[in-house]
Amino acid sequence: MNSKTQNKIAIGTLYGVAGLVVLILLALLGYILVSGLPQLSWHFLTAPAKAFLKGGGVGVQLYNSFYLLILAMLISFPIALGAAIYLYEYARDNWVTTTIRTAIEILSSLPSVVVGLFGFLFFVVKLRLGFSILSGAFALTFFNLPLLTRSIEDSLRTIDLSQREGGLALGLSRWETITRVILPAAVPSILTGVILSAGRVFGEAAALIYTAGQSAPALDFTDWNPFNISSPLNPMRPAETLAVHIWKINSEGIMPDAKAISSGSSAVLVLAILLFNFAARYLGKRLYKRLTSA
Amino acid sequence: MKTTQQLEKQLKRHSKAAKLEIWGKVVSFSALLLIVAVVVGIIGFVASKGIATFTSNHVNLWDFLTDKKWNPGITDANGKPEVGALPMIVGSFLITILSAIVATPFAIGTAVFMNEISPNKGAKILQPVTELLVGIPSVVYGFIGLSVVVPATRAIFSGSGFGILSGTCVLFVMILPTVTSMSVDALRSVPRYYREASLALGATQWQTIYKVVLRAATPGLMTAVVFGMARAFGEALAVQMVIGNAALMPGSLVDPAATLTSVLTTGIGNTVMGSLQNNALWSLALVLLLMSLVFNLIIRLIGRKGRLQ
Repeated sequence: MNSKTQNKIAIGTLYGVAGLVVLILLALLGYILVSGLPQLSWHFLTAPAKAFLKGGGVGVQLYNSFYLLILAMLISFPIALGAAIYLYEYARDNWVTTTIRTAIEILSSLPSVVVGLFGFLFFVVKLRLGFSILSGAFALTFFNLPLLTRSIEDSLRTIDLSQREGGLALGLSRWETITRVILPAAVPSILTGVILSAGRVFGEAAALIYTAGQSAPALDFTDWNPFNISSPLNPMRPAETLAVHIWKINSEGIMPDAKAISSGSSAVLVLAILLFNFAARYLGKRLYKRLTSA
Repeated sequence: MKTTQQLEKQLKRHSKAAKLEIWGKVVSFSALLLIVAVVVGIIGFVASKGIATFTSNHVNLWDFLTDKKWNPGITDANGKPEVGALPMIVGSFLITILSAIVATPFAIGTAVFMNEISPNKGAKILQPVTELLVGIPSVVYGFIGLSVVVPATRAIFSGSGFGILSGTCVLFVMILPTVTSMSVDALRSVPRYYREASLALGATQWQTIYKVVLRAATPGLMTAVVFGMARAFGEALAVQMVIGNAALMPGSLVDPAATLTSVLTTGIGNTVMGSLQNNALWSLALVLLLMSLVFNLIIRLIGRKGRLQ
């Protein structure tokens, strides 16, 4: 066989492989959407779940998912921002920095179950927070921190060195340069990173099973006093999220329409993540235009 | 005299900007320290709980790693608790290695296609699709496995359909996008003049890909695969939903089995803190943690080797 036929065969095979992968991935997406979209309705998205009867919704779970996401982001963003700033703007290239980077890498490669189990041990049992939104938010924070830190650091890296020199030349301190010059310029790409990581946090379940719990007590959406147990804002109540809900009803097998509910919930999760992706791209571009007048 | 002292004090005092500078540095450094503390805390806590099986329950470490019976509530004929973790360790490694073996050719093939053969189609179709799929939650993969893969395996191989094979299928699809996009990055970092030089020497496109680009990108591609394996090894819910959760040595690929993660997710909530059953589970978590450190180390070693070349 000469090298030209070999070339043709190889390229043909690669076309086949790529085609097959696209097919698998599209079939996967198609399956989620085709089986899930018909389940979606206003009732499905807002009604509370029913354990033994058909026709429940995922209203509480959906709300819990968003509430947990927001709390986790509120806790993790400032920490990640600070860490990224120090790592990129201040840290010298020595063994301390290397060790810290290694630690962050280890945290990002830990299985989310392990993070969840640590959250269970530390927050739920040791600090007696119980299965609660707060425990869940901390577990999600740990899960989220390394990724968010890395993405913010990457955003800082895209800002040209001349900006820093400019700031320093104008007599600003380094911290002032960072907060007044670098951060505003990095906002679009930081925002993109935050939204993308929000997508990951939104679908996380393994870290939440033993921290935020697997039960979703009914909520009274007229009661906004955070100290009442049925208030949606109460951070101390157990809160099953949408992703945990899919896992739970499939492994318990007591809900008669578990399959339909899971299809619908999967579609909601995937749509939410699609939305996060698009929002990240759109907002990033838009903000960039507005802030840089490019 | 007093005035000079005052003046000295005034001159030596930090300016407002300098105070702000120190403050910013301290605050951002404490954020960083917090992350490190979290890492140390996680490893420390899980290790201290995981070691309790061997220190306070006096289980032999070797027995734990090599015994095939997992029944922490029951003691065997010698009065020793049955805490053999081998079935789960084997299960975890089997699905990890199998899914990596299946996913690697597909992922690298797709990455080569995206980067070398048709960058246009790659950027337009494959890139967005893989990016989106990286973000799909693992429970969704598990649910699809449960409603598509398990019935299919049941129809083809009879039996329950739960088992290593179903787990491998689910993990294959799950790690495929991750490994693909990391492989693309690896191929992209191969300098363009490598390709040009090879083509100028009269090599065909395939020869260029096979003999030059893939060789030059090997460390990066290996990192991608190990990264995918680490993800497969640590994946809990998607696997737990399709593996069948029977803590037995897998007799075949279609028998129900268990992995470290699946036993952990189903077990932790049903055991009492501090009991042997519970401690044994924490030991499994410790094995999981150590393995993820090992994967991390492998990735580092590959990276270092790649740099030396």
